[in-house]
Amino acid sequence: MNIYDLIFYLFAALTLISAFFVVTNKNIVHSAFYLLFTFFGVAGIYVLLGADFVAIVQLIVYVGGILILLLFGVMLTNKITNVEIKTGTINIFSATIGVGLFAGVLLAAVLYAPWKVTLLQEPVSTTGILGNLLMNEYVLVFELLGIILLIALIGAASIARR
Amino acid sequence: MNITEIIIVSLIKIVFVLGITLLTVAYLVYFERKIAAWAQNRIGPNRVGWQGILQPFADVFKLLLKEDIVPEKANRIVHAIAPMIALFVAFTTYAVIPIGPNVNIFGYDISLVVADVNMGVLYVLALTSLGVYAITFAGWSSGSKYSLLGGIRSSAQMISYEISMGFSIGGVLLLAESLRPIDIVNSQAGLWNAIIQPIGFITFVVSAFAETNRLPFDLPEAEPELVGGFHTEYSSMKFAGFFLAEYANMIIASAMIVTLYLGGWHLPFEQSLGLSGSWLTVFQITSFFVKMGAMLFFFIWVRWSIPRFRYDQLMNLGWKVMFPLSLINIIWVAVIIMITN
Repeated sequence: MNIYDLIFYLFAALTLISAFFVVTNKNIVHSAFYLLFTFFGVAGIYVLLGADFVAIVQLIVYVGGILILLLFGVMLTNKITNVEIKTGTINIFSATIGVGLFAGVLLAAVLYAPWKVTLLQEPVSTTGILGNLLMNEYVLVFELLGIILLIALIGAASIARR
Repeated sequence: MNITEIIIVSLIKIVFVLGITLLTVAYLVYFERKIAAWAQNRIGPNRVGWQGILQPFADVFKLLLKEDIVPEKANRIVHAIAPMIALFVAFTTYAVIPIGPNVNIFGYDISLVVADVNMGVLYVLALTSLGVYAITFAGWSSGSKYSLLGGIRSSAQMISYEISMGFSIGGVLLLAESLRPIDIVNSQAGLWNAIIQPIGFITFVVSAFAETNRLPFDLPEAEPELVGGFHTEYSSMKFAGFFLAEYANMIIASAMIVTLYLGGWHLPFEQSLGLSGSWLTVFQITSFFVKMGAMLFFFIWVRWSIPRFRYDQLMNLGWKVMFPLSLINIIWVAVIIMITN
């Protein structure tokens, strides 16, 4: 086991353990705090895989944007109204089926995907390559994704106005 | 250079940058008080040492010796972590800011930046978005309504202005065709970005003021409404941590403005001065620090000249003025690039 493996297992452990606490913790604010470490672990693994741009964007979007908004929602409703929001378990039967099916899909993906297990000798910056791919080869998918996000935005705004 | 040499050189750079930053922070507080005094026709601190020059050290000792009070209803762990996050974010950001061109010392070619990251600009953005957590955690964990309101106000403000900040940087990146701070500085060797894209410069500076929670955008700690804002319940060195981080962020904001828009260490007429190699380097490093100092003075000057915005005005300015302006700036830069190519 070399240092690369060691760092990988460190980040993997961080991600998995904090994710476990996110799910099991009864206090929803603490769950949101643990989610921070999960996102960090994932970003670390991206860096190890040589995906520098994705790692930084993971931090900017998930840690700097989405999780903050999530914390906002939780804090505003949790502390001010003096009603403790608890996480609980309902519909165990249907949830098991759904999660089981999804786990099967993930497992199949893990087993059959052609993983690259070694790092390139000289890690190259992926920003330019990614930009070229998004703007040339995958421009249609890219624009479609943008439209989906725009629709979600308009939908949220119209619901909020009601 | 082999690996040990790289580590030694990096350590020296880190110590150097940290030392300069801490000293600048200490004296920034002193100058803030002095300039405030001049702006208000007072004298300012003048008791400790000549013209009060030792005042920062007296302040630090006072804060160190004070009792550290944690409110009963506070979440102790998060309460203690929050100022650490603030300091961590403030000091790690310096790693990617270049202060001068490569220099040749004892036969080694050394770049004057702690970490020459090719994603430098995004790294700064990612870290500043982490800074929101310090304030959110501080506000939530204190168990006081003033803290919570201050924390929530502040994070809403920082998230809103992060967007126009990111889009203003877009214009710079288009021109430099790189995310590396050194490349960005070198792309301005002829003409500064502030002159090519004045709109982007203005939106970035305004967003930087909002991101650092400085007046006219210091809503998080508006005294008449919120007491001290998110750090109401902090005392002693934990309070000092936030205080330090605020001034450290100001230095970063100035350094980023200089790097992205004011040409870093470049001056338009530097080649015509006829300076030889090492003297030119010294001149360039000095020009970087002079520009940074001027920006810091500007930060303080604005604080004591302009009154505070109301909260809804702040949000309107961020979303309805700064954000569209930064988009216009991107189109403007794209058109310039199309014409010149």
